[in-house]
Amino acid sequence: MPSVRDIRRRIRSVENTGKVTNAMSLIAASKMRRAQNAVLQGRPYSEKIQDVIAHLAAQPSDDASASQPLLQVRPVERIAVLVISPDRGLCGGMHANLNRRVGQFMLDQGVPVQVVAVGRKGRDFMVRSGSDLRAVFTDLGETPSLFDTVVISDMLVDLYAESEADEVYVAYTRFNSTLSQTPVVERLLPITPSELTGAERVGYIYEPDSLVVLQRILPRFIEMQVYHALLESIASEQSARMVAMRNATDNAKQLGEDLTLVMNKLRQESITNELLDLVGGMAVLEK
Amino acid sequence: MATIQVEIVSAEEAIWTGTGVMVFAPAEMGEVGIAPQHAPLLTRLKPGEVRVQQENGDEQFFFISGGLLEVQPNQVTVLSDTAVRAADLDEAQALEAQQKAERDLQDKTSKMDLAKAKAELIQATAQLRALQKLRQTRR
Repeated sequence: MPSVRDIRRRIRSVENTGKVTNAMSLIAASKMRRAQNAVLQGRPYSEKIQDVIAHLAAQPSDDASASQPLLQVRPVERIAVLVISPDRGLCGGMHANLNRRVGQFMLDQGVPVQVVAVGRKGRDFMVRSGSDLRAVFTDLGETPSLFDTVVISDMLVDLYAESEADEVYVAYTRFNSTLSQTPVVERLLPITPSELTGAERVGYIYEPDSLVVLQRILPRFIEMQVYHALLESIASEQSARMVAMRNATDNAKQLGEDLTLVMNKLRQESITNELLDLVGGMAVLEK
Repeated sequence: MATIQVEIVSAEEAIWTGTGVMVFAPAEMGEVGIAPQHAPLLTRLKPGEVRVQQENGDEQFFFISGGLLEVQPNQVTVLSDTAVRAADLDEAQALEAQQKAERDLQDKTSKMDLAKAKAELIQATAQLRALQKLRQTRR
């Protein structure tokens, strides 16, 4: 039977754990806001660049699209997937959900899949499942710059341009809201420009010519998409961690309360027993 | 005076929004000056200075490391690159990432062996303990 002292020690340890998880939850909340803000900041660039690509692709074919490797659709014999996952855990079910989604996606493909992993959790899953892991990037941090991701997007573009992959996908966790994150797999290459209606079309002058401009802009587009996926993943990770740590804090508080009840009951019992001994002893003496 | 809406954005942030009467940008074919009602234009930008002349005579300067300029009659957008690219740095980082992958894949076998060994050890210890308990109760 644990003593009152043991239980008191346990309560103190639970309370301390609760303080740590609470701090982690608050920190994750502020990091989440920062990550969300970064996503919003990049939106004007992202929308504009998609718009421009749509216009460029809609050019009367002076074979602009035909000669752009990044727009070309090929028969698919091999594919590559960029998997973006957290480096650390304690974020609830987030990385498990992503790994499951990616695993399912890879099984559904009829062709060999190469993987580029960003983040330890995804990396570990890929290593465990014996995937064809081409490259690993970890420790990108919580506030990566576009510059940090350029090497990743360049690698993906090279894989595609050199026909080592006929399609390139990116798997990440989309941030819907604080309480909702969804693992998704989206196609990165070949690029499918959005369709323009007649009303939306603008007749640009291209300098020096549309081909050169298109060549410049397509890799930028891929860079931005990879960067954006990373930002969303970070926002998802922080919000999942915030929720998980908040739950842990609540659980710790509940456990502390339950233990306190047990401790108090135990204390009452021992006091009662002492009193009974005392009274019993006195009764004997009086006789 | 007619003005033009100016937006300077990069993939990481919306750098500046405002209005101007004239915008100068370092286009590939040389510096261009964009006035309101300019014909739609799309061109690459070299590293250099973007200058926005505002109505009140103020001038805003922005240094960009390259990018794209999109002009519409009422709006100018500078899609700025965020940093100067170093091809060598990219290559070194890419190589490192690939090597990391190879190392991780090799580590896996040793990690798996370790995990298996640990599991067997735990099982053996549990069996031993159970056996000891059995012997004690028998006495």
